[in-house]
Amino acid sequence: MEVKDANSALLSNYEVFQLLTDLKEQRKESGKNKHSSGQQNLNTITYETLKYISKTPCRHQSPEIVREFLTAMKSHKLTKAEKLQLLNHRPMTAVEIQLMVEESEERLTEEQIEALLHTVTSILPAGPEAEQKKNMDDVTMDEEDPA
Amino acid sequence: MFVLVEMVDTVRIPPWQFERKLNDSIAEELNKKLANKLEDAYVFPGDGASHTKEKQPCTCQQSLLMLPAPSPWQLPIYFLALDLPILDILFHFRYVVFHPFLDEILIGKIKGCSPEGVHVSLGFFDDILIPPESLQQPAKFDEAEQVWVWEYETEEGAHDLYMDTGEEIRFRVVDESFVDTSPTGPSSAEATSSSEELPKKEAPYTLVGSISEPGLGLLSWWTSS
Repeated sequence: MEVKDANSALLSNYEVFQLLTDLKEQRKESGKNKHSSGQQNLNTITYETLKYISKTPCRHQSPEIVREFLTAMKSHKLTKAEKLQLLNHRPMTAVEIQLMVEESEERLTEEQIEALLHTVTSILPAGPEAEQKKNMDDVTMDEEDPA
Repeated sequence: MFVLVEMVDTVRIPPWQFERKLNDSIAEELNKKLANKLEDAYVFPGDGASHTKEKQPCTCQQSLLMLPAPSPWQLPIYFLALDLPILDILFHFRYVVFHPFLDEILIGKIKGCSPEGVHVSLGFFDDILIPPESLQQPAKFDEAEQVWVWEYETEEGAHDLYMDTGEEIRFRVVDESFVDTSPTGPSSAEATSSSEELPKKEAPYTLVGSISEPGLGLLSWWTSS
């Protein structure tokens, strides 16, 4: 076996989520003998990885959302790796931005960090856990019936 | 934390698999070899191996055969035929590999603590360690509870924050190591003074993390109520 390019492309968690979900569907449809020993490792890794990614904000992303996000990011002048982390994590606080953007104190003012946070949280949908928490808050705070 | 890796490998298809769609056979053989097993990372197939747009006839050939020009989304496939009814296929494909980049921020779950540090797991990947020097300082190891504690200092004195198993933790990847775990022949296991009877199995790929910055550590430490 020969590795031709160990870093042919960086993948976002969303892309991997899509790939694995499609793979799972394909295998279900073809009704293969999923339990043959050869496929057991594939099943395990697919299952565990999907389980992990499903709990992250990528769960509700789509190609259109990702495109919109990357377009909006153009003005902020971030590296590919930084944009990828924002996409994968959907940070909601300035502290998180500072962790993901290198030398953020020198590159971004407080207003820019706020603007970045606003872009991130308005374009990218919230993760499953954050959504759950939000729903719970809404239920306890609202008098009216939830729609 | 995932990357695409381009690889080339020879895949051997035994005759009893000839009736199946070619790409399925290739995908299955490659997965047997690579899925969840590769020495340097956990992998699973990318689109090169699992895509098939049309049925590929799979027959035993007596001479070198090249497929007609592939469509843009297919990778080139070359057939090498032997006298034996086995197909050796040189396959060029891409695999998705778990390989976080240096300084990447990840979120995992605490698997447990030991004097070596805090062990973190992502579910599909388990070998992440945050050594004591990379914890939020000052930190101490509670022997009784077998847990690491951040002695967070406030005006009222030190407030102990426990790093309990099962807690979600945000950390930065600061190092990785690849260890060759292939067998080297009969080796004499050195007698160790530890109480373990079995020699410790080394993981082929391990990550070293750090939580010594603001925002890192247990998620519960930094969420504002």
